[in-house]
Amino acid sequence: MHLEEFAEGNSFIHKLDPRVKFLTVIPSVFAIAAMKTIAAPIAALIVCLILVILSRLDLKKLIIRLITVNVFIFFLWIFLPFSYPGEAFFQIGNLIATKEGLLHVLSITLKSNAIVLLTIVILGTSEVFSLSHALIHLKLPRKLVLLFFFFYRYITVMHDEYVKMKKAILIRCFKPKSNLHTYKTYAYLIGMLIIRSFERSQRIYNAMLCRGFKNNFPIISHFELKKIDIAFGIAMIIIFFSLIAVFENTFTQVPIWIYQKTLALVGQASRLS
Amino acid sequence: MDNINIVDIRKLHFSYHHGQEIFKGLNFSLNKGDKVGIIGSNGSGKTTLFHIIVGLIKPIKGDVYIFDKKRTNEKDFFEVRQKIGLLFQESDDQLFCPTVEEDIAFGPLNIGKSHEEVKLVVKDVCEKFSLSGLERKVTYRLSGGEKRLVAFATLAAMNPECLLLDEPTSGLDEATTERILRYIKNHVETYIVVSHDFEFLKDAVNKIFFIKDGKMNLKETL
Repeated sequence: MHLEEFAEGNSFIHKLDPRVKFLTVIPSVFAIAAMKTIAAPIAALIVCLILVILSRLDLKKLIIRLITVNVFIFFLWIFLPFSYPGEAFFQIGNLIATKEGLLHVLSITLKSNAIVLLTIVILGTSEVFSLSHALIHLKLPRKLVLLFFFFYRYITVMHDEYVKMKKAILIRCFKPKSNLHTYKTYAYLIGMLIIRSFERSQRIYNAMLCRGFKNNFPIISHFELKKIDIAFGIAMIIIFFSLIAVFENTFTQVPIWIYQKTLALVGQASRLS
Repeated sequence: MDNINIVDIRKLHFSYHHGQEIFKGLNFSLNKGDKVGIIGSNGSGKTTLFHIIVGLIKPIKGDVYIFDKKRTNEKDFFEVRQKIGLLFQESDDQLFCPTVEEDIAFGPLNIGKSHEEVKLVVKDVCEKFSLSGLERKVTYRLSGGEKRLVAFATLAAMNPECLLLDEPTSGLDEATTERILRYIKNHVETYIVVSHDFEFLKDAVNKIFFIKDGKMNLKETL
């Protein structure tokens, strides 16, 4: 199992400072998630696709990842249009799909794909070790960061362990059926996986203690903030927030809303006096 | 011995993802009664060859004939695995049931033996490997040598016609090595041993091959 397949690259996005990557991705994701229309998410998706091209990722692998995400979204397409109130668009038997419902699902689909692409392009292009390193610099609790790092590191180990046991089962002619023998075998498999991972983690912890581990990973090479990092970060945030400003009038509405509220309050006050 | 062919591999090509080619047109054949040793440097593909024979990994190119039948899919190999037993390099990888008894019973139960038969097999095999008394022990708490013997026992329980042994003596003391040697010489008719232990190979086999540059070569002198 190879989880860092997108981190092997050499584009300028791969080389960006991971700290800047986090500070860019988080507000951008919020910006995309806050979009309400269809036009803004489409524009965001286009921006993400441009980033994908710039980072020269393996498109085949990327599409496989996107399919996984869209399987979940597919279920929304089945349920949401029929349960969302609004103007009828088409009808199957007694079920009425509304226009608003369909637009809503479309918007969700566009937004989720844009967010996933953005996360893969920006965060996925760094190794997990540098990301953890960046999280420590961003003052996240060390314990959480270590937990995140070990979780990533050992999920592959557990998977290897599982593959080995699966081989051991196969060479002894195991065929899954729906009987007690099969369930028992699967139960043993899971039980053994837990015991082995536990024992392995103990051994690794001991090995770490022998090398002087004190809940702290010493870091050899530190990050260096370059001009391109800052420029990229600011550019991304401006792009995503201006998409909202251009395509949706959320921002232009805020001053109007404040103006109206003040007027109302003043009106109330004058009436009271 | 009337030359019954067990394994016949023709023009095998194999490489792991993003790796260099391990086998470049390897040919290998094993007849009934052959006791063969395979040597080769680390990463030369000895373990990979074993895994290809029992169908755990599929070749990129080339044909695998086992018992004179071409084997391609999972169904073909189901039959192969009943007759050819594979001993893993790490016994920890081979044993996964809580107790010794259950681990030995696992294979025979899979090929449809009744519970009464299986109990007899377990008893018989445990006696053969002097494991009596360990039946109810938890496998992962056994010593390294005991684990290897239990792994052997799980294979013997299937009553295979041929054994593939991947470094059967690594990390074992002389007494256990001797026990394994005695067992395979007296009870197993056909086997392939991969080992770096030259002394053991000399005693155990009558032909040695070496894998070099993705091909199989016969070593002239033992």
